[in-house]
Amino acid sequence: MSLLNWIDARFPLTDTWNKHIAEYYAPKNFNFFYFFGSLAMLCLVLQIVTGIFLTMHYKPDAAMAFASVEYIMRDVPGGWFIRYMHSTGASMFFIVIYLHMFRGLIYGSFKGPRELVWLIGMLIYLALMAEAFMGYLLPWGQMSFWGAQVIINLFNTIPFIGDVVSTTIRGDFVISDPTLNRFFAFHVVAVPLILVGLVFVHIVALHQVGSNNPDGVDIKKLKDEKGIPLDGIAFHPYYTVKDIVGVVVFLIVFFFIVFFVPEGGGYFIEHANFEPANALKTPEHIAPVWYFTPFYTVLRAVPDPWYGTLAMFAAIAVLFVLPWLDKNPIKSVRYRNKAHLINLAWFAVTFIVLGMLGVMAVTDGLKELGTRGTQIYFLFFAVTYAHSRPQQANYLMWFAGLLFAVLVWDFMRYDGESFTAIQKGLFWQMMLLPIAYLATTLLLPHFVGGANREKEVPTRVTG
Amino acid sequence: MADTGVDKKRRRFLIGATSAVGAVGVGAIAIPFIGSLTPSARALAAGAPVEVDISKLEVGAMMSVEWQGKVVFLVNRTAEMLEKLPSIVPQLKDPDSIESVQPEFANNEARAREAEYLVMLGKCTHLGCAPKYRPEVAPADLGADWQGGFYCPCHGSRFDLSGRVFKGAPAGTNMEIPPYYFKSESLILIGENGAAA
Repeated sequence: MSLLNWIDARFPLTDTWNKHIAEYYAPKNFNFFYFFGSLAMLCLVLQIVTGIFLTMHYKPDAAMAFASVEYIMRDVPGGWFIRYMHSTGASMFFIVIYLHMFRGLIYGSFKGPRELVWLIGMLIYLALMAEAFMGYLLPWGQMSFWGAQVIINLFNTIPFIGDVVSTTIRGDFVISDPTLNRFFAFHVVAVPLILVGLVFVHIVALHQVGSNNPDGVDIKKLKDEKGIPLDGIAFHPYYTVKDIVGVVVFLIVFFFIVFFVPEGGGYFIEHANFEPANALKTPEHIAPVWYFTPFYTVLRAVPDPWYGTLAMFAAIAVLFVLPWLDKNPIKSVRYRNKAHLINLAWFAVTFIVLGMLGVMAVTDGLKELGTRGTQIYFLFFAVTYAHSRPQQANYLMWFAGLLFAVLVWDFMRYDGESFTAIQKGLFWQMMLLPIAYLATTLLLPHFVGGANREKEVPTRVTG
Repeated sequence: MADTGVDKKRRRFLIGATSAVGAVGVGAIAIPFIGSLTPSARALAAGAPVEVDISKLEVGAMMSVEWQGKVVFLVNRTAEMLEKLPSIVPQLKDPDSIESVQPEFANNEARAREAEYLVMLGKCTHLGCAPKYRPEVAPADLGADWQGGFYCPCHGSRFDLSGRVFKGAPAGTNMEIPPYYFKSESLILIGENGAAA
């Protein structure tokens, strides 16, 4: 113990341990969805460790990159294993992060006083997308090259300065060696540093305000005589042990993929990426990796390139302001009205459908579905705002207003001349989708009292 | 020292002045870093013109060459292809290439110096994919109306055999025509407008 005392006099070791681990009191009713915070940390560590070892063999040079990845796969002892952990880890990281964000959405964890936790989390998500995008260029395969080509050209659509911006990103007039080299620098040094810093701040902010829970009950209101929340249990040993169970299950799934389906059926590593990058030949079908596809569908839903780019970034940006859109004082979906549950279900399904559309080739039907899905995606945020005060909300006015917004959008994109008969038919048929969405989330609570009734939030957590 | 002797105005001025000078310093030091991200002298030098021999390019066929790291399509168009060009004008977004990038000499239906030879950047004006050369008429996948042209596999933009974009395509403008001239009957120099007309 004297060593510990010696350290504690010079560094707050015991203090920090107690504050964040041993005496950090978390609500006792965490459920399945609460595994994903610690699993995201596990993914981050896995990516950093496997990444460091890949860096020892990889060559960030347009002439050597593809061959060096093949070298890792074939000649480096265990190289294939480390690389597949890294590539699988990227996709698993996003699965975990999406579930982690979904948890925040359904239990209202983004609401006050946790707005900063949400905002920092969104920054982590942005950094993670940048990290994944730049990492995908490094193997210098066909999909690396053409995927990056499409994404960097998004910046080209910025009026007036677009050309300068995209040339500065590439360091050349086309994607070439300088682009690969700088993406390597960002991918292995700059963005990971930012990520680790943000994750640290995310947890500090969380521990300042305390964890939310599936009931959305504030456990700090009721404390025992020692000042410990009545519904709180120490993070260690209770949740460390619980999280280990999550880790074990996660690793079973993770290594099943690594050993048996490392390419994830062409979704984790796309087939075209087993061909070296070729600037003279575009692959038949270009799709980003699955975790970007919902936003990619939004991009494709707007025909004008610059507005499409804006819509895509808006689809991400609007998530940042969620704490200021959903003003309902009840946090958890458990005690909100049924219309809110229906709204969340629509959003989850829409996000998944948009994601699936993003990997498919465009046909008339899928294009129209993508546009309708994009409309519902954005409507969700307006409807969420409308649900902030269910008893006072003027649902009919909201329904009319949002339907009008959809019609204005449709009026602007409907082109009687260039739409074929099939496209026109799809246009009118699929208009039912946003109407059905608005009807089930706004008309239903207006006409059916039961769908608008909120339940009383208990003072103690349940279960 | 007691607070009474502090000249707060002077202190605020000094804080302000120090911050301003510091901000200028940070701004100044950012210039070389951002500058290092822009194309290097080597990348700029790679923009040299390219000479292409078209004597072996058969009628109706396409070849691609690389210029400034970009793909350039060269098509030896048939007489039928050229005849069709005026008839599809109503279906085009920018038939006269007013919004599109092309040198002055290309301000004609064929968008070329010599009508048969199309010289064009093989880059979709939407997001930069390389469109496919699809000269056949009415193939199964492109529909009965297809009169031959370029089809972008990324987002389905359609261009005619002069690289002019069809209405309803995600691309906004026609495909770009680079500067070029005929050095001799079968030799094209891409990258310079040249003195010869």
